[in-house]
Amino acid sequence: MSPVPHKTPSRVSRLVESLPPSGIRKFFDLVIGREDIVSLGVGEPDFATPWRICEAAVYAIERGQTSYTSNRGLIAARNAIADYLQNRFGVEYHPATDVCITVGVSQGIDITLRAIVNPGDEVIVIEPCYVAYRPMALLAGAEVRILPTFMRDGFQPDLERLESLVTPRTKALFLCNPNNPTGTTYARATLEGIADIVRRHDLIVLSDEVYAELTYEGEHVCFPTLDGMRERTVLLSGFSKAWAMTGWRLGYIAGPRDIIEMAVKVHQYSMMCAPIMAQYAAIEALKNGRRDVDDMVAAYDERRRVITNGLRAIGLPCILPAGAFYVFPSIAHTGMTSEQFCTELLNQTNVAVVPGNAFGESGEGHVRCAYAASLEQIRTALDRMGDFIGALRPLKNHALAQ
Amino acid sequence: MMSRTVLQLLRAEGRLSAPEIAERLGITPAEAAAEVKRLHDEKVILGYRAIINPEKTGEDSVLAIIEVKVTPQREVGFDAIARRIYKFPEVRTCYLMSGTYDLLLLVEGESLRQVASFVAEKLATLEHVSSTTTHFLLRKYKEDGLVIHEEDETERLAVSA
Repeated sequence: MSPVPHKTPSRVSRLVESLPPSGIRKFFDLVIGREDIVSLGVGEPDFATPWRICEAAVYAIERGQTSYTSNRGLIAARNAIADYLQNRFGVEYHPATDVCITVGVSQGIDITLRAIVNPGDEVIVIEPCYVAYRPMALLAGAEVRILPTFMRDGFQPDLERLESLVTPRTKALFLCNPNNPTGTTYARATLEGIADIVRRHDLIVLSDEVYAELTYEGEHVCFPTLDGMRERTVLLSGFSKAWAMTGWRLGYIAGPRDIIEMAVKVHQYSMMCAPIMAQYAAIEALKNGRRDVDDMVAAYDERRRVITNGLRAIGLPCILPAGAFYVFPSIAHTGMTSEQFCTELLNQTNVAVVPGNAFGESGEGHVRCAYAASLEQIRTALDRMGDFIGALRPLKNHALAQ
Repeated sequence: MMSRTVLQLLRAEGRLSAPEIAERLGITPAEAAAEVKRLHDEKVILGYRAIINPEKTGEDSVLAIIEVKVTPQREVGFDAIARRIYKFPEVRTCYLMSGTYDLLLLVEGESLRQVASFVAEKLATLEHVSSTTTHFLLRKYKEDGLVIHEEDETERLAVSA
């Protein structure tokens, strides 16, 4: 046998090879194998899926519901999703034509992008944001323009700057509201300003609202409910966060019929359908899971106050998050980069948080702390972070004195 | 969204202090303390108890659930006989029920014999008690919303998007 040839760049996709590895993945490699970690690094609920939902899936399996479903998903599940979106957020979708059940929001993003992007099209991403938007847009053949947001503006997008990024080739805009990693929610006025730009430049919005149920202050404004946006928006959501169903991999896209039809075409060739037992679980989640969601949201709401107070008390400035389950404190005054801070914090105290630059360049100088952890874990993490910060100060003063 | 009330918090976690309640609900410690005091003064909250895993105490008490059929009395209905029964310290719980019997009791004793003699001598012999059915409790799986036997925790990734 001849030896395995050295991998040359031509052996793999140049595009894929050029994608930067996820900053989270890099950090994950540092964390793996360590014992006794207190982790505020996780982007998923610490609750197990409510039992009624699990039980519905068990029952589906017992009844022999183990087949493929239609590409778009079980019509009963699509009906439940359409009813939910109508009743909860006041936006109307026809279950037969406007909804496709996906394998999590991530796959929804993938098939939506592939459904709309032509070579050379530009997609605008507002950062910091979920790690997958940019690479998936690139994989779909789009060019990506970045609109950074900053803590001094409450991580709200600067609308003038947003409009200045629009070119004749701009096809779409990503929104993540409530936002991972900043915990920001966009005010109705901001969203209306964005809608105005979208109308004027004839854009498509990919509105990731998977954290919509986790809105603690004010009402969640569902983007397609804004004037003229129903026909210009693909709403992306799913069950992972509010129903604590990350491992079930179930989400959905809802939007104008022509786009959904193309997305379904990609979906039918690349995925076939979402798992049927998860779809039955989702029907139960939507029909009878309200109380479970409310209980979890009430718990997150309490934790967000505890962690925000705690971070401020140890000298890390942060905005009280209005949604999702993340708080995004600034660590800039420590003089360290986000990655240095997280690595040192992990090495010295066994507390895991995620470097803010993993979510875009404008996340540099911040770290993402998830409060989807028990209050006990949150308090332990805060204590250790407090000791860590306390030990830094004298060093820094010493360094300044020299 | 609706925040939990002080009462809901204390119902779930009775040991919370006023400052902790205040932090979690976003109210001042003085407001939290005042609400806790009101709940106590108005006897909305009657007391606080530990929920115990009986298999870990080393004690061998016996619990029985007893269904009691009674003849209601003119004027006072079930209340007088219920009171007569629930005043016994052995009776931990006493509910008036719809259905095929009237009172449901949770009775605790040191031994099977002790519970049996309570039923035979005190309970069954009461005027207006027409019959009793005693079920001895074999194992507790869940107590007041808490699962007694720990389940394996699933391992989450320490870091994820």
